[in-house]
Amino acid sequence: MAGEEYSQRTGDEGAVRAAPLPPGWDTAVDIDKPPATVPDPAEVQVPEALREQIETIMARYPDRHSAALPAMRAAQEAHGWCSPLAIDQVASVMQVTPAYLSSVATFYDMLRTQPTGPRYVYVCTSVACHLRNAKAVYDAIAEEARDQDLEGVEVREFECLGACDMAPMASVDGRYVGPLDDSDAHELVAAIREGRIILPGRGLEDADYRLPWDPDAETAQSAGPEATGSELHRKTQPQEPEPPHPDVSPPGGTVKDRPEEEPEGQ
Amino acid sequence: MSAAETRVLLANIDEPGLQTLDVYERLGGYKSLRKALFDMAPEEVLTELEESGLRGRGGAGFSMGKKASFIPKGAMDKFLCCNADESEPGTFKDRLLMQKNPHQLIEGCIIGSIAAGANKGFIFIRGEYSHQADILEKAVAETYAKGYLGAGILGSEHDFDLVVHRGEGAYICGEESALLDALEGKRGNPRLKPPFPANQGLYQGPTLINNVETLCNAPGIIEKGANWFKGLGIDKSTGTKIVSVSGNVQKPGNYEIELGMPVREIIFGLGGGPPAGHEVKCFFPGGSSAPVLTSDSLDLPYTFEAMAEAGSMLGSGAIIVVDDSVPIVSIALRLAEFYRHESCGKCVPCREGTNWTVKTLERIDSGEATPMDLEIMSQVQENILGNCLCVLGDSMAMPIGSMIKHFREEFEQHIEEARAAADLEGMPALGAGELASAQGAGAA
Repeated sequence: MAGEEYSQRTGDEGAVRAAPLPPGWDTAVDIDKPPATVPDPAEVQVPEALREQIETIMARYPDRHSAALPAMRAAQEAHGWCSPLAIDQVASVMQVTPAYLSSVATFYDMLRTQPTGPRYVYVCTSVACHLRNAKAVYDAIAEEARDQDLEGVEVREFECLGACDMAPMASVDGRYVGPLDDSDAHELVAAIREGRIILPGRGLEDADYRLPWDPDAETAQSAGPEATGSELHRKTQPQEPEPPHPDVSPPGGTVKDRPEEEPEGQ
Repeated sequence: MSAAETRVLLANIDEPGLQTLDVYERLGGYKSLRKALFDMAPEEVLTELEESGLRGRGGAGFSMGKKASFIPKGAMDKFLCCNADESEPGTFKDRLLMQKNPHQLIEGCIIGSIAAGANKGFIFIRGEYSHQADILEKAVAETYAKGYLGAGILGSEHDFDLVVHRGEGAYICGEESALLDALEGKRGNPRLKPPFPANQGLYQGPTLINNVETLCNAPGIIEKGANWFKGLGIDKSTGTKIVSVSGNVQKPGNYEIELGMPVREIIFGLGGGPPAGHEVKCFFPGGSSAPVLTSDSLDLPYTFEAMAEAGSMLGSGAIIVVDDSVPIVSIALRLAEFYRHESCGKCVPCREGTNWTVKTLERIDSGEATPMDLEIMSQVQENILGNCLCVLGDSMAMPIGSMIKHFREEFEQHIEEARAAADLEGMPALGAGELASAQGAGAA
């Protein structure tokens, strides 16, 4: 009980824990059950494509354990997340215990141990993006995702994605887009919903991608001058009216926990 | 402002189609590999790299040649790992190198493997860089087809296999021993050192681990010689460095400079300086793990030595500029949250220290803190420093410690103002006397 009170008081991380969890790995363990052993290949049905993929991966390394991360990635792509079934299938092909794999999966941010995918939007809110107002971009995207009832997409803040030149930015299924503005949130979420390309011309992998302040930008990019304008506009707007640190402990917890809380209230 | 880039690694970066083997070869690619294979003995390759004074570009700044020379000789399985898990906040140079010029890295890996005598190599790339990993995989396949990789490269006796291995999102995997654990399919926990990876690394074999930018320098050094490389930069900081400028500047981006350029020229000349009407408040000279420097240090030359002397480090070469509109507490908190999230939890000082630093900073921001908390926070940082297996904890302790050192008054003011704004029941406003006595206690 003490733990529950505490978690409600501290906000953010506590609130996530206090919210009811969807079925996944973080549910209580039945300690009366015998420990899981290496699954018998005869008993676990593994899709042929996945089995082949994992076997190819294992062959690349001197030690088959090295395949754990890429194999779980493959399983995650097949199942949408590292579900108990997905882990069992990988364990059966790799001949390791499911416990070993789940211990590894819980360590890494990109392996999902909750069914929150299969698509993702990682909004970078690390130091360099934070300095360029990333929190507002994240808030706008998270709000837009709720408003448009975006389903099957994991929207979360992420630590530095290594693209501070295009800050603030987001990674949508690995496609880096930026610099973003909170006004881009609507289009970004709509494009995900409708399966379109996210912000064409503004992805790092686009052939004509240029940063707005790049001297070549105006010729190479159709949205060049406009992007430059909005960027400069934003930068020259003094940030003074902001409270000392808007992203910390706003009344009612942080935005991080809202997605978990809202469905319950509805 | 006379700031100009010196493009060596980025010389051909805008060439269309550079990702393909054909274009890379047309621009003189894989010439150095032939030279290293056929005109030089492996020892000579190693000597050349050592002579050049090339220092690791990933953060620690250790001599690359020396690191390679620690690899034991003799016939055994030896490994080369390229650290492409670029996750230091503010750093994005390797992303550019891999996306635009993957073959330069592959050639560097092969040359590194000749120097170290390694026969199996891995490029450990962070999972977030999926686009760059795809490009690398394609480039590696092309290279195999051409016979630059595999058994008996170009008919020589050197064998080298290269695998692109994707991480799954963990900052700690950029630490070399944690990277090895992740590559072995485990949780990315750092290992106790010694033994160092050069003796006992991947699969317990001798392993050479180098950053992407470091390896990308190898082809140039072999082609043009160590003396050419020493001619760039100054003193013990030889060569060029790709500097990632980000934060409150008008033109964030990657700029390749000769080491020794004054920091002011990098921030103002290349990065365009802070937005109009704002001043530089402080900057991280080498990624978020480097202690911050104030505007007093802007005229220092950008070298490993000068940054160390000023009490910081060149680190990964990422300059994050903070302007005067940003409260220092918000930066400290964002930083501490990052390290709390990324701490692997193996060593107590780091796991607990990062957590308590976040909590203290949150209290400072919500008005629940007293000046004593600042002293407690400083002590927490001191107790993390040097007490963990790896430097992740130190990476938080150093910048936070430096912020308290340089901006103590602002912290105190923030505490007072937040306290007054919060108007907490039953908590009297702090008097000047109490503040002074708390300061006295801290100084004593």
